[in-house]
Amino acid sequence: MQQETSAIWLALEMVLTGEHDLIEIVGLSLQVSLTATTLACAIGLPVGALLAILRFPGRGPLLVLVNALMGLPPVVVGLLVYLALSRSGPLGFLGLLYTPSAMIIAQTILIAPIVAALSRQVLEDLHGEYADQFRSFGLGPIQTISALLWDGRYALLTVALAGFGRAVAEVGAVIIVGGNIDHLTRVMTTAIALETSKGNLALALALGIVLLSLALIVNALVYGLRLTATRAAYA
Amino acid sequence: MRDDARLHMLGGLMPINRQKRSLLPLSCEGLCFDAGGMRLLGPVDLTLAPGRITVVMGHNGAGKSLLLGLLHGLRAPSAGTVRWSTRDSGDTLRRRQAMVFQKPVLLRRSVAANVDFALKTRGRPDPDRRDALLAHVGLSHLAARPARKLSGGEQQRLSLARALATEPEILFLDEPTASLDPASVRAIEDIVFAAHDAGTKIVFVTHDLGQARRLADEIVFLHDGRVAEQTLASTFFDKPRSAAALAYLEGRLPL
Repeated sequence: MQQETSAIWLALEMVLTGEHDLIEIVGLSLQVSLTATTLACAIGLPVGALLAILRFPGRGPLLVLVNALMGLPPVVVGLLVYLALSRSGPLGFLGLLYTPSAMIIAQTILIAPIVAALSRQVLEDLHGEYADQFRSFGLGPIQTISALLWDGRYALLTVALAGFGRAVAEVGAVIIVGGNIDHLTRVMTTAIALETSKGNLALALALGIVLLSLALIVNALVYGLRLTATRAAYA
Repeated sequence: MRDDARLHMLGGLMPINRQKRSLLPLSCEGLCFDAGGMRLLGPVDLTLAPGRITVVMGHNGAGKSLLLGLLHGLRAPSAGTVRWSTRDSGDTLRRRQAMVFQKPVLLRRSVAANVDFALKTRGRPDPDRRDALLAHVGLSHLAARPARKLSGGEQQRLSLARALATEPEILFLDEPTASLDPASVRAIEDIVFAAHDAGTKIVFVTHDLGQARRLADEIVFLHDGRVAEQTLASTFFDKPRSAAALAYLEGRLPL
């Protein structure tokens, strides 16, 4: 018990003094997950918008599929990306395995369906409200989609933050394709897993504290955005 | 409000494009709309001439909104045709018209941005025209406010400004003043009169008799999804030809 208590103090000290290894790991985590979130939004938002406004045969099954992909197990995504990027794989020539790029690819694949499925729901509700007015204006699909994306901006930011939360907290995909290499592909979750198994509880706890704080900050942001949006009746 | 100054100002606000062939008269033949195996509207045969303010009246459920939606092309008829005096169709045709809904559908943006949006849909963003339109409907002082924070009357005036921004040749209004206070109703009617004076055909749905008397040049009276009569307003209120309209005017419920 005494060991754990001293580990907590040590962890707090590391967080408060900004210990070098800690900063490096947190920095890479944010870089990887924020990039993945941006890419996932670039893919997921247009897909979600198209699914929201288009009616075509097979739409129902496709929605079920996209919704199911929200629950993709990170280790499975990691495995598939590993197979694709490994030296004998189809994309092996890129030499991306065990680099931050590989981790970004894996997390993008992991959260793009989340962004697509959640934004589809948001935009479909919005479209239900706007459809007659937009039809009256004689808007084409591109104009409709861009207007929906803009008017749904607050809800969509929440969607993006949900994606980011998922990305930054997962360990399965990044540990497989990144390899948890010190100073290169070590992120918060992989470091926690490693340091815990090594018995280095202080660093693991310090990272845990940062990760928890991050979750708090993200949720506070979501709450703040919602509040701002509601105040202006934009939500 | 129908004075020359207003007319002059609106002439500049709403340049009617004269090169194109007029949309009107508009006529429909055997127009029907069914849903869930029930006939909700029709068959309707109707001709709307340019110029007049046409007021569509009838009980709740008589098919007034449905008729407007079919004429405007928001809904496809189950049978029959809507024929305009132009070869335009689809979005091109609809972009020469505008509609104001009973419940205003405002974008989650500022008042000014709502008008900007309408101007942009016609590829003519123009801050000066936006300001002129806001002034015309009396909303200049609220330009920066979030549109959905406006009062009901202000929201409806904004919808009207947005509709006028698209320079429609025909303006459909679906009970735009239902649940508004008298001052707001007056403001909306003044804007509608001004648009009419500037050359826009008005088709206005209401079940308010006083409003119909104030606005109408002609009345289209719907009953049970059919046109019971189409009569000049001057005769309608004194001598309606249909039993349904007579009962309505006398405030009786039809048996």
